Amino acid sequence: MAERTVAVASRVGLHARPAMLFTQAVAATGVPVTIATAGGAPVDASSILFVMSLGIPHGAEVTLAADGPDADRALDELVGLLATDLDAPEGDAGATS
Amino acid sequence: MTAATVGAPAGGVLHGVGVGRRSVVGPVAQVRPAPTVPADAPLLVDGRPAEPAQVHAAVETAFADVAARLRTQADAATGTVRDVLAATAQMAADNALRTQVLARVDAGEPPVAALDAVVQMFAQMFEQAGGYLAERVTDLRSVRDRVVARTLGLPDPGVPALTRPSVVVARDLAPADTAALDLDNVLAIVTELGGPTGHTAIIAGQLGLPCVVRVAGATDLEDGVDVAVDASDGTVVVAPGDDVRAAVARRAEADRLLAQETGPGATADGHAVALLANIGTAADAERVGAGPVEGVGLFRTEVIFLERTTAPTQDEQAEAYAQALRAMGDRKVVVRTLDAGADKPLAFATQPDEENPALGVRGYRLVRSNPALVETQLAALGAAQAATGSTPWVMAPMIATPAEARDFAARARAAGVATVGVMVEIPAAALRAREILAEVDFVSLGTNDLAQYTMATDRLRGELADLLDVWQPAVLDLVAATARAGQELGKPVGVCGESAGDALMALVLTGLGVTSLSMSPGALPAVRFALRHHTREQCEQMARAALAASSAPQARADALALAEPQVRESLGW
Repeated sequence: MAERTVAVASRVGLHARPAMLFTQAVAATGVPVTIATAGGAPVDASSILFVMSLGIPHGAEVTLAADGPDADRALDELVGLLATDLDAPEGDAGATS
Repeated sequence: MTAATVGAPAGGVLHGVGVGRRSVVGPVAQVRPAPTVPADAPLLVDGRPAEPAQVHAAVETAFADVAARLRTQADAATGTVRDVLAATAQMAADNALRTQVLARVDAGEPPVAALDAVVQMFAQMFEQAGGYLAERVTDLRSVRDRVVARTLGLPDPGVPALTRPSVVVARDLAPADTAALDLDNVLAIVTELGGPTGHTAIIAGQLGLPCVVRVAGATDLEDGVDVAVDASDGTVVVAPGDDVRAAVARRAEADRLLAQETGPGATADGHAVALLANIGTAADAERVGAGPVEGVGLFRTEVIFLERTTAPTQDEQAEAYAQALRAMGDRKVVVRTLDAGADKPLAFATQPDEENPALGVRGYRLVRSNPALVETQLAALGAAQAATGSTPWVMAPMIATPAEARDFAARARAAGVATVGVMVEIPAAALRAREILAEVDFVSLGTNDLAQYTMATDRLRGELADLLDVWQPAVLDLVAATARAGQELGKPVGVCGESAGDALMALVLTGLGVTSLSMSPGALPAVRFALRHHTREQCEQMARAALAASSAPQARADALALAEPQVRESLGW
């Protein structure tokens, strides 16, 4: 069982567009991957419903886990994704709120 | 069931509350509600309950079909609708949702029960997470409804694909439903629920579509049957006869003639009342700017902010405002600063835990928690003014006190906007209109909210529509007090609520001393026509009669009795 722990970089947390991009990437790896919050039960990381219902805010740490020969490659790729701001609006940093 | 519902006879009439004044004849297109089937409804194959393997295959195919259809719809859509449909499609394609339902089906659970159980589990998780996720429960349930319908071979719920001009009939229309409508093929909207100031009615007004809400029995109308929808008297005639069809055709001809009158708004004796349009986007400005409108009396800027997770930037806003200003050339444009909160929540501005949002931190009050929102908006407007050379007016919503008006005026003037006003939507502001007007250059009455707060009646409660009536003498008293203050100080007092677009009310408002009327573009011709056929003195008599009445229906009837017979005939009053 391979595991990685990473803090979610998206400013809105793992909701909406970031959750969609992440679960699509999980499905694309072809490897069954689980995601868990600290102290929480692991759930199917390719399910947008499960991932969204974890309600993971910006900066929270999550643990990804997978089995099998491709597990390390898949997890490295996914960790890289979570560590970038998936909700960064194109070419603007001037949010007013 | 009454005779007026199922299988209503030809010529049978259903009654509701009309919005607008046009009438049309067309075939019914029902927006199907969620299928109501028992949780243990069996899947039948050739009249017999299906084998477990057949059920498995049917459910799996249903999920795939629903996801594919939603994806196709999303690809054909734009903007917010596209995002909502794409997110819903992804839910329908969700691995965990499908496998858990199929596992229950394989264990012998009836398909509807299996779907309900799994969807319910996710819905609860979403609701516990709250906020943004709680709102997504609606999308999740719509996936459930579509998959149930598809599995059992029932008609797809939701908005039908319209292949010919139709009368769209629904229990109620969600904003997403309205957005999914193919407007080129919508003749009219009829709903069983909702009120005349609700979302559906306002959208219909904006689009110039006749609309009748609160029509009992509407959803029992057969798909495809012709109905005559008359928004001016709030009726739906089933399978209308030749006489009704001829009357609708005559009204359409009269409308065409009305629309040919294009001059500036004025009474028969030349008292000018500016006739302006309400808009929500810069694209609206381009559309109405091409017509004979004297300007924009209300640019609802919140449309730029809705459905976003962060506020639009100053540059982004400045571009939208500049586009609207350019579209209107040297005509007047009144921009209203962000009116969020209550029924218009914004992810980045709304207080999530208000018990009474209509009485909470909404409208201009957002400046208390988030002054940057207003400052950025005013700076963007200043930039748009500099870029276009236009001189827009700006006003703040939901002002309660002269101090708030002073605060807003100071901020707006600091941003370089010369003409500053506020909305009068709260009785306190109407009662102190003189003191408020002393701080600003103009006020504009938002009559829907003013009625809501005067009558302590939630705008969203259809069953209280009689209390929310702008003809309520108490509401008219407050309009009169505000207009009087404007006359005393020599400053403009406009109305930009839906009531300005009611031609009879427009005459009364003119009589009360209101100086401009801003409305849905579709309402302009009738108001222009009505004004032109009454003198200022007649308008004042009508205003006095309405103020003296003891109830809203009486106020309307007394004003109507003083209207010119020719106008009553032409406008179908």
